[in-house]
Amino acid sequence: MNELVEIVGLTKAYDARHVAVNNITLTLPRGKIIGLLGPNGSGKTTLIKMLNGLLTPTQGSIIINGKYVGVDSKAQVAYLPDRTYLSGNQKISEILDCFVDFYADFSREKAEEMLRSLNIDPSTKLKTLSKGNKEKVQLILVMSRNACLYVLDEPIAGVDPAARDYILRTIINNYNPDATVIISTHLIGDIEQILDEVIFMRYGHLVLYTSVDNIREQHGKSVDAYFREVFAC
Amino acid sequence: MYYKLNTAEQKTILTERMMQMAWELDADRPIYAQLVERIRMQIVSGYYQPGGKLPSVRELAATAAVNPNTMQKAFAELERTGLIITQRTNGRNVTEDEELIAGVKQGMAREHMEVFFSKMKELGFTKEEIKALVDGEIMQNVKEEGKGL
Repeated sequence: MNELVEIVGLTKAYDARHVAVNNITLTLPRGKIIGLLGPNGSGKTTLIKMLNGLLTPTQGSIIINGKYVGVDSKAQVAYLPDRTYLSGNQKISEILDCFVDFYADFSREKAEEMLRSLNIDPSTKLKTLSKGNKEKVQLILVMSRNACLYVLDEPIAGVDPAARDYILRTIINNYNPDATVIISTHLIGDIEQILDEVIFMRYGHLVLYTSVDNIREQHGKSVDAYFREVFAC
Repeated sequence: MYYKLNTAEQKTILTERMMQMAWELDADRPIYAQLVERIRMQIVSGYYQPGGKLPSVRELAATAAVNPNTMQKAFAELERTGLIITQRTNGRNVTEDEELIAGVKQGMAREHMEVFFSKMKELGFTKEEIKALVDGEIMQNVKEEGKGL
């Protein structure tokens, strides 16, 4: 029961020639912030979608907090997709209503408090917000759940450095110590100081799973620099 | 006329600035080691007073914009050296042992001196010349402070 995520022999083939995730076996502990890193097309988003039950594996299995991926696991996994699924015409307050209905572990108070700290009025429509604020609102929705696994797909893509700092602080401040956060990104330098561990993927394979301090101690370089070395073209 | 900030105001501004800014960290060394250095510096410089209360792991991690687990590791290292003390129910405090703090400060000063002397020797200065340069620099500092105040 100590391990949070157990992935065994996981494979996803879209067809015979396109194997997006290739036989990954991986066990993730609780209480860590883990970077899921890899070049474009390395299978990060496919892996994330399988963790969330949005894609069915071709082979292999995933167990999250003792449960196979399905209705039970979805209630405990908070997911920030790489593209928004929210309607821009909805008011933020209506989205909050929806989340209250949908997720038993969603704290409306927490979400409203974070919106207040950003001076975002819940009666505004999502589409009137700037790109940075849209990203922040979506992250607030995800982090206001009391989940055991948070999966964030590219949470800092395309936001300015101040918004990025806000997003990183929101992640640090709001995850509970028994939960694990998986962050997928290719902006490694921007987030590596909040990561405990990193997963490197390439061509659907697991290349490396280790701690950030290990990389820094053994190679004397940042994860960003090490990544460039490993994935040099 | 300039409005001159008193020390309390300066400290508030400084604190606010430190709250907003993520800590500058080197990319090529373990993060927890850099956190240890930084907090140790804040203790010996008196930013955190002997016996004073330290922020929680979570607060300080958020300030520095680092992972709370990493901050925890840094605190554990500082505890091991005795600079900070964990009360079971009451968070963490700086040690009240001012001798220990002074000792750490001396150690850090000696490290700086060693670096300084080896650099100056590399430049080809003799001991007497280094001493003269240091004296000159101190005189210059005294003059500038005199003007400023």
